[in-house]
Amino acid sequence: MFIKVNRDKCSGCESCIQSCPFDAIVMQDDKAEITENCQLCRACLSVCPEGAIYEIEEASDKKEKGQGSGVWIYAEQREGVIAGVSFELLGIGKKLADKLGTEVSAVLFGATEEEAQELIKWGADRVYHCADALVSAFNDEPYAGLLSDLIERYKPEIVLAGATPIGRSFIPRVAARLKTGLTADCTSLEIDEAAKNLIQIRPAFGGNIMAAILCPHTRPQMATVRPRVMKRGVYDESGLGEIIAVKADKVRSRTKVLEIVKEVSDISVNLQEANIIVAGGRGTGGEKGFKLLHELAGALGASLGASRAAVDEGWIPYSHQVGQTGKTVGPKIYIACGISGAVQHIVGMQSSDIIIAINKNPEAPIFNIATYGIVGDLFEIVPMLTRKIKEAKGI
Amino acid sequence: MRIIVCIKQVPDTAEVRINPETNTLIRDGVPSIINPYDTHAIEAGLQIREKTGGTVTVVTMGPPQAENALREAISMGADGAALLTDRAFAGSDTWATAYTLAKAIEHIGADIILCGKQAIDGDTAQVGPEIAEFLDIPHVAYVRKIDDITDSTIVVQRLMDDGYDVVESSLPVLLTVVRELNVPRLPSLKGKMAAKKAVIRRLGAADIKAEEESLGLNGSPTQVRNIFAPKVKKDRKMLEGTAEEQVESLIRELAGLKCL
Ligand SMILES: Cc1cc2nc3c(=O)[nH]c(=O)nc-3n(C[C@H](O)[C@H](O)[C@H](O)COP(=O)(O)OP(=O)(O)OC[C@H]3O[C@@H](n4cnc5c(N)ncnc54)[C@H](O)[C@@H]3O)c2cc1C
Ligand SMILES: Nc1ncnc2c1ncn2[C@@H]1O[C@H](COP(=O)(O)O)[C@@H](O)[C@H]1O
Repeated sequence: MFIKVNRDKCSGCESCIQSCPFDAIVMQDDKAEITENCQLCRACLSVCPEGAIYEIEEASDKKEKGQGSGVWIYAEQREGVIAGVSFELLGIGKKLADKLGTEVSAVLFGATEEEAQELIKWGADRVYHCADALVSAFNDEPYAGLLSDLIERYKPEIVLAGATPIGRSFIPRVAARLKTGLTADCTSLEIDEAAKNLIQIRPAFGGNIMAAILCPHTRPQMATVRPRVMKRGVYDESGLGEIIAVKADKVRSRTKVLEIVKEVSDISVNLQEANIIVAGGRGTGGEKGFKLLHELAGALGASLGASRAAVDEGWIPYSHQVGQTGKTVGPKIYIACGISGAVQHIVGMQSSDIIIAINKNPEAPIFNIATYGIVGDLFEIVPMLTRKIKEAKGI
Repeated sequence: MRIIVCIKQVPDTAEVRINPETNTLIRDGVPSIINPYDTHAIEAGLQIREKTGGTVTVVTMGPPQAENALREAISMGADGAALLTDRAFAGSDTWATAYTLAKAIEHIGADIILCGKQAIDGDTAQVGPEIAEFLDIPHVAYVRKIDDITDSTIVVQRLMDDGYDVVESSLPVLLTVVRELNVPRLPSLKGKMAAKKAVIRRLGAADIKAEEESLGLNGSPTQVRNIFAPKVKKDRKMLEGTAEEQVESLIRELAGLKCL
């Protein structure tokens, strides 16, 4: 497919230039022209008042789809412990598999058979498990080689992995090798019922815009999925499935992990596992404000989060930042104090079950997504809330 | 040491806003910049050159105006630059972009290839590792420190969620870098002069011996179906009354939901 401009119809109004997110339209002799930056997003089609922009299908568009069936998820582990995102992937993987009338399988490199069983209880119909010492620690080349070989052998139609440092490092190699599409950091996945294609939805431009991506002609369709966005499936103690042992005989590696250094502050882990988060923004005005949030968090047993503005001001370390360039969180309760609700913040916390916003500006966009909104000065509201929660809890 | 840095010219997304009525980006006056992560890659290239000797070549695939990004890199101290520009590259997704860059890198020749962790327009972080796969060389992503480098090996720190890994790799290698790695230098006066005079090499599909069916739109497995404004759910409940009344009704609501 291509986007073209009918030069006879083009009036030179330049409205398409404004609409193009990829800076792909230029004026040439007073007429719009589409350049090689074009990503075919079609944004310009609807804005042209003259209807001068059109798309043309090419014969080569009708490529054969590769074959394949089954949904696979890559189950990540670190030092033998399966990462939470793996269970989230099983949750969404099962949903997609149900829609396609197929099964969901997990691929596990490293860890023990006990962990493989865990994946089955979380909904996997099958686990391809490689327990070889060669793959016990993450290393790009062996991981990419082994996963590519398995995909070529069993031909799944969809492969999902976590958009974690590990997934985002080695999965692109797999897609490059298999000559198939890969969509990064998806926040939503759907099935297009008619064409049976996977619709992969992800934020772009720093969260300012969402894009729906298809991989129509090649298989498998591959995506990395942002942690903490998808809901876990149901845990079934008596769930049944098979474990298929996989050998790592052909893998090679030109990189070697010399040392694994843990540097986690308790907080950063805490934040993503937390049930309740109290988060502060520029409105806290600094340490004095954050002290109040600390006390509220103490009364609730909550973790502390922050907007980028608060982090940039140096009021709280980066590991607390929530949002597009920080952590994605999904607690039961998220209390946003003095945070305006920029989209880059919202993408990191909107899947929270209950959002409470405290802001003195009734027009602040955070109220649009708040379950409960309190308009007021946080220096008055927060201490009062802390006191009343303590009373309610009897502490 | 032959060092290649892949840089991309991107709109400054900090300035991009969306028009909620038309669902399109408002890019009025939004400046084009070198992808911020790539400026750290350039700095890393220059520092490696200072240590081992050699040359730093910056490469970008993009429209003719991307030349500005290359000149800016030269003003920071890069020795040379190549612009990959050809109608055949239009509509490239990460697969086709990585294929094209890999072909160009093969053509130019490199021992170390540096990329940013991700480009801030697409935020995919895929192009680097995909280039490495096409070149059949190892890669290390999220490099936050280069501990040691010799003619045949390199030791780096790879940033992970729970800390970092110390990784050794043979050369040639591709690294993608994070901001913690260094502070990019500002252009020098001498650099600015060099940038003005520099001849930028232009390479098309034929120059890099790329297969046509792997380029641009035809070579791209993924397609953007559509773009839209982020949806925000609207089930808000504004609490009413004085501060004290609002706090009390909040506590009542939470208690009702068994949240306390
Ligand atoms: C590419 C990119 C990535 C980004 N990534 C992130 C990210 O990951 N996370 C993130 O948070 N941001 C991110 N941002 C920044 C984001 O756009 C906003 O600038 C930021 O979230 C604003 O933080 P804030 O709400 O704390 O500050 P402001 O927008 O300044 O809002 C402060 C709010 O506090 C209220 N207030 C002031 N005083 C009081 C008081 N006494 N009582 C009650 N309310 C009060 C004000 O009414 C106002 O609404 C990113 C931006 C870009 C361009
Ligand atoms: N068109 C391009 N030209 C040169 N380098 C690029 C291009 N696209 C991506 N890159 C490199 O790949 C990195 C990751 O980009 P991305 O995968 O798009 O997030 C960037 O930081 C650049 O180093």
